[in-house]
Amino acid sequence: MQFQFDSLAAFLAMNGHGPYVWAAYLVAVAVLVALAVTPAMRQRRMVREFSRQVRLEEARRRAAKPAAAQPLGEVEAVK
Amino acid sequence: MAWQWFHRLGSPRWFYQKSSAWLPWLGGAGLILLLVGCVWGLGFAPEDAKQGNSYRIMYIHVPAAFLALAGYYIMAICGAIGLIWKMKLSFVVMRAAAPIGAALTFISLFTGAVWGKPTWGTYWVWDARITSMLILFFLYLGVMALSGAFSREQSADKASALLALVGTVNIPIIYKSVDWWFTLHQPATLKLTEASTIDPSMFYPLITMIAGFYLFYAWVLTLHTRSLILQREWRTQWVRELLGQSSVATGSTR
Amino acid sequence: MATETMATGNEGGAGDNERLEAANGSGFFTLLRTELLLALRSRADIVNPLLFFVTVLAMMPLGIGPDPDMLARMAPGLIWVMALLATLLSQEALFRGDFEDGSLEQLSLQPQPLYFAVLAKVAVHWLVTGLPLAVLSPMLGMMLNLPSAGYLPLVISLLLGTASLSLIGAVGAALTVALRRPGLLLALIIMPLYVPVLIFGTGTVQAALDGYSYSAQLAVLAAILAAASALAPLAAAGAIRISLDH
Repeated sequence: MQFQFDSLAAFLAMNGHGPYVWAAYLVAVAVLVALAVTPAMRQRRMVREFSRQVRLEEARRRAAKPAAAQPLGEVEAVK
Repeated sequence: MAWQWFHRLGSPRWFYQKSSAWLPWLGGAGLILLLVGCVWGLGFAPEDAKQGNSYRIMYIHVPAAFLALAGYYIMAICGAIGLIWKMKLSFVVMRAAAPIGAALTFISLFTGAVWGKPTWGTYWVWDARITSMLILFFLYLGVMALSGAFSREQSADKASALLALVGTVNIPIIYKSVDWWFTLHQPATLKLTEASTIDPSMFYPLITMIAGFYLFYAWVLTLHTRSLILQREWRTQWVRELLGQSSVATGSTR
Repeated sequence: MATETMATGNEGGAGDNERLEAANGSGFFTLLRTELLLALRSRADIVNPLLFFVTVLAMMPLGIGPDPDMLARMAPGLIWVMALLATLLSQEALFRGDFEDGSLEQLSLQPQPLYFAVLAKVAVHWLVTGLPLAVLSPMLGMMLNLPSAGYLPLVISLLLGTASLSLIGAVGAALTVALRRPGLLLALIIMPLYVPVLIFGTGTVQAALDGYSYSAQLAVLAAILAAASALAPLAAAGAIRISLDH
């Protein structure tokens, strides 16, 4: 088994078929890479969304705390 | 008792936790095989006597076409399992398989067209195999469009599973009829179907690429399934913990 | 159950009662008769697909030129594709009314399998679209300069083929009935499944025009119809249950 082309230029040209071969390989690789990367991107987006939500929840809890404490205090006062 | 493993297999959480151990093996082996196959096919396989170097496109065209078809059956079988045994995970795999299959069908169509130009002098011919591939692409798009149209995930799962099954019943009929149609209209000048034997020196890289594509498919399917699981189990405790952890790890909160 | 629908009473109330009685009477033919009566009441649903068929075919010579020879060569394909589109477009409404007024749910709760109800609805759909299309097709063949050898195979193939189209399309209609705007989606999911019928439909006419026997193609169309009438209502019934769950 040996390398079929004399030079890099010959490898790229492929006897005139180069553009076709390389276009096919490049597009195929691009699609495969896109397939492999999309789940990671989706996960990243989800993590971002999640941390935003956690922050929102925390802020809401902090805002709700004084209001929630009020009636409790009243109940105790009545006792 | 004997069915316990089956039910455990149906649990998305179990799958998510187990599959993280498979991922590096699947991905690593698949990518290595693909790389070896590409270099071998592009540089070391001998030039074809008739087609010249353009035949090297075969090394991605053929495996992609294989998996495009196999992917449809995988999708439909997963859908059937989901419909029959109401297995959640199976539906998720089915939903993940649809875009992957569509992408592979696209690759095989595109590479086929590019291969056609230097070989037959035209990008597109309504050849039996190309036409069947195009229809397969439409079938995939139909499943994806239908599953995207529902607002409730469960309805989307069941509806697209049913459509995938109907498609599976139809695929052999479509293939046969397109084949018949093509023999009817085949122009005498174009001889596209060559049943020539392939030399081992060209065949081994092809086998390598096919194996690589299968492993890559399994890897990508697992990846997509995992991210869909996270998306769906969004509200469950284990996902929240998991996402919380990773968001801490990336340092985006606190 | 029956009193419930009567109480809800809506525009199609009378029809619903008849249909329920028919379903209770468990006769497939009673159901068929009722559905047909209901279909015949809304004239637009019958006329519009036919008008579409004729109008679009009239556009064709305007688009591709009036050359009689070319039109004659394209006629089988054009007529068949238009018949396919007309069937597809009319199919969207197949289950819609019944889904919206709740009678589809009633039908699905009947002891009698949903299979026969679907079959009855599809049969009626074919009677009001496929059959008129087939009857009308010689006229369009004439306008497109179709050679005389093509008329009989065209009508027979359309009779057999549109029935299969109605059956296959019913699956898509049932899958999309719960969606708000299913029109294009329905075309997208069903079109690929129509391919074999289209191929053998035009193949029948083409064989006749080329002077061959076309009985083999008709046999294939009949086989497709047999398989479709066995399987498609099953799939559609399953799809209806999924859509009702939505």
